[in-house]
Amino acid sequence: MDLRNLLAVVAAGALVTGCAATAAETETASASASSASKSSAKAAFPSTYKPYSYDNTVITGVTIFDGEGQRFDNGVIFMSAGKIVSVGGPETVVPTDSTIIDGTGKYVTPGIIDIHSHLGDYPTPSVAAHSDGNEATSPVTPEVWAEHSVWPQDPGFSRALTNGGITSLQILPGSANLFGGRSVTLKNVPARTVQAMKFPGAPYGMKMACGENPKRVYGNRNRKPATRMGSISLTRQTWINAQEYKKKRKGAKPPKRDIGMETLVGVLDGDILVHNHCYRADELNQIIDMSKEFGYKVTAFHHAVESYKIADILAKEEICSAIWADWWGFKMEAYDAIPENAALLQQAGACVIIHSDDENQIQRLNQEASKALADGRAMGIEITDAQAIQWITYNPAKAMGISEQTGSLKPGKMADVVLWNDNPLSVYARPEKVWIDGAMLYDANDPNRRPVSDFELGQPGEGDVK
Amino acid sequence: MKHFAKLLVSSLALMAAPVVAETVAITGGKVVVGDGSAPMDGATVVIRDSRVVAVGTNVTVPANARRIDASGKWVTPGIFAGFSRVGLVEVGAVSGTNDTSAADSVFSAALDVQYAVNPFAAPVAVNRAAGVTRAVVSPSTGKSIFGGYGAIVDLGADNNPITKARAFQFVELGETGHRRAGGSRTAAHILFRAMLEEARTYSRNPALLDSDMLKASDAKALLPVISGKTRLLVHANSANDILKVLGLRKDFPSLKLVLVGANEGWRVANDIAAAKVPVLASALSDLPYSFEDLSATQSNIGRMKQAGVQVAIGMINDRDAHQLRYSMQYAGNLVALNKVPRATGLSWDEAFAAISSGPAEIMGMGGQLGSLKAGRQGDVVIWTGDPLELSTQVETVFIDGVEQSLSNRQERLRERYRNPTPGALPKAYDR
Repeated sequence: MDLRNLLAVVAAGALVTGCAATAAETETASASASSASKSSAKAAFPSTYKPYSYDNTVITGVTIFDGEGQRFDNGVIFMSAGKIVSVGGPETVVPTDSTIIDGTGKYVTPGIIDIHSHLGDYPTPSVAAHSDGNEATSPVTPEVWAEHSVWPQDPGFSRALTNGGITSLQILPGSANLFGGRSVTLKNVPARTVQAMKFPGAPYGMKMACGENPKRVYGNRNRKPATRMGSISLTRQTWINAQEYKKKRKGAKPPKRDIGMETLVGVLDGDILVHNHCYRADELNQIIDMSKEFGYKVTAFHHAVESYKIADILAKEEICSAIWADWWGFKMEAYDAIPENAALLQQAGACVIIHSDDENQIQRLNQEASKALADGRAMGIEITDAQAIQWITYNPAKAMGISEQTGSLKPGKMADVVLWNDNPLSVYARPEKVWIDGAMLYDANDPNRRPVSDFELGQPGEGDVK
Repeated sequence: MKHFAKLLVSSLALMAAPVVAETVAITGGKVVVGDGSAPMDGATVVIRDSRVVAVGTNVTVPANARRIDASGKWVTPGIFAGFSRVGLVEVGAVSGTNDTSAADSVFSAALDVQYAVNPFAAPVAVNRAAGVTRAVVSPSTGKSIFGGYGAIVDLGADNNPITKARAFQFVELGETGHRRAGGSRTAAHILFRAMLEEARTYSRNPALLDSDMLKASDAKALLPVISGKTRLLVHANSANDILKVLGLRKDFPSLKLVLVGANEGWRVANDIAAAKVPVLASALSDLPYSFEDLSATQSNIGRMKQAGVQVAIGMINDRDAHQLRYSMQYAGNLVALNKVPRATGLSWDEAFAAISSGPAEIMGMGGQLGSLKAGRQGDVVIWTGDPLELSTQVETVFIDGVEQSLSNRQERLRERYRNPTPGALPKAYDR
């Protein structure tokens, strides 16, 4: 394994999304404490994102996958004022005073969403000076926030937009630590500041990790955790500390503010979603039991290459698996990965998300979903094209807590839309146009509608098709 | 081969004695020769013993041939991975199973992958089932710029994976070379020149060898490189590094150079073409991963091809031990570029050649491997459809004329967990 791959493995972050709202809370969280944690999280580093200028746009005669499993042939979509207004078949009524795009032979999907990215915190050029994804100085760092590492000039954002149709993405800390820190959800718009990319109103996530990475990183330094049992013990102890902090904060003498504990309490309160990097089936199950012990919920297991072995359990627990189509063999805990993981989960009724964790595959998540679909069909599992598109649109949106705003083409939602020049499940398809909140931020036919980061300005290849 | 009944058969075949070569006629398929020509509808491919003996629409099927009806299917040469580490790695991060490099060895150029390639490694079986039949297998570098000898291998389910041992020498002359040589490109180039000069000295008088510079074994390994008998595969990405590699011919005119990676090759494509140096290029690199890749673009291969460079797809440092099955997807992406304004891709026929005859030709084995022509080794794959399309599955694989088992760990795990809930006995009893 070469250095880049090894680095990628280290970078492979563990994000545990805890949509904890439904978790059985034994304590009655005081409204004030809960809202305090919400407001402290929301007050700091607020989003300054504003949609860019939009046209009222109609696409006609196009095949539409709506992101929630629906397909419209010879469909029509109408976007206005940055929102989806209507989506349907040829009978859909649209205004005549809009920009009309003939979508014959083309396809429309919601903007593609990557729930697992390190763009910005492990950007290119991937020089040491840019290595900002793992605060690998302690296995427990819930206090760090990925957004404070994100470099908005990472050229990877523009590749994800133009080649992959990515309109929203979650940036996670890496997986060196048991508690890696907060994630941030971004709209994939070029900006001077991270705040101007932050998805308005998106809940925070917290990344957690199990398995090989934390024990390798700290075991090699003769520190805890050096074993899987060490990892679980340290994680449980940290949750006990968080419960105590939560209790004290409601008491007469609240403790000094601790930003790490605020994140953990945010999870216990159900405000922060847990995204848990974890590979092996047995370990996924350990994590589930741990979450029950402390009354939080894992929103998604990330990487989860052995989810297929416990697909029934994951369906019952309503935990998503954010997975690759076919990565395997790069380390021991990835040895049992199979390309039918997604299909077997879908068959069991479990939530499937195809993620990238990679600056290259984020440029073709549609192709990764297509491979996973094909491998499922080849073993006899029936899955529609529209369901496979859901793996990279609505499902990640839901697990990131933004499905009310984006992730499917429903009236009133953000007009995050990709027009593909062919079926996005074909290897021969590429985005032709990409809209974010109705603003056309990429047009293959217009060299001026292609973002060029500061880093690439004045360099060889500036503004090239890439 | 994803059909359960066939899998059962192939699982049994895996345990039985090796299947012998036979006479097989694959009829009625859409046949891709792999040399860049257009596919032929309704054509026949005849394999006898280890070789292809006839291909075309006017082929007489031998009376004794086993017939395979490929109507509605595609029939192609097996995929030839232009640059890989397949068979050198079982699990990447488990060092005992990873034979790509040897940072603690006293040797460099003398290291030889033929002693490490493991035909029984799971990645060989997984990629065979995906239609990959041959591969360039290269070492990585350890502490020198030279990695050692690479080989051409087949991915057959038999004991002998080596098609050609010592097929090339591998050297790093970009950023990795800078690091290996001690911290600069200057150091990499002086080390390169000094080691080659020292090998010459050794060839004239072994007693004069400066053993501080290199071991006798390394000197011996470099002699066929200097003479041009053995190809030198050079990993370099930046336009400037590529020019400097082409410049080595001034001092060593016989070097048989092949560029690997070459992410910025398009910027100096005319120079590469003029030097007649072929390229095993990374297909989809389009990020400035490092300052040596600033102008990387997916149009690189298409632009080099247009400039007259002999180019095929390689996967250096890109999951090159486990995911050679990406070759078809990568080639398909280059076809997709044709519909992107201002991008330069490959035609479908060229793209398929870039993962079949292209690597074979570049490695000097086009007469034996990489295409469906009479006399070539019988590496043939039958697909359910367009082999570059993501929905297509592999049905049958022949290597050296022998139908291959397509069984592998992944397929066995899949079948065990088709229904994840244990039955009357634990899952460990489901086989």
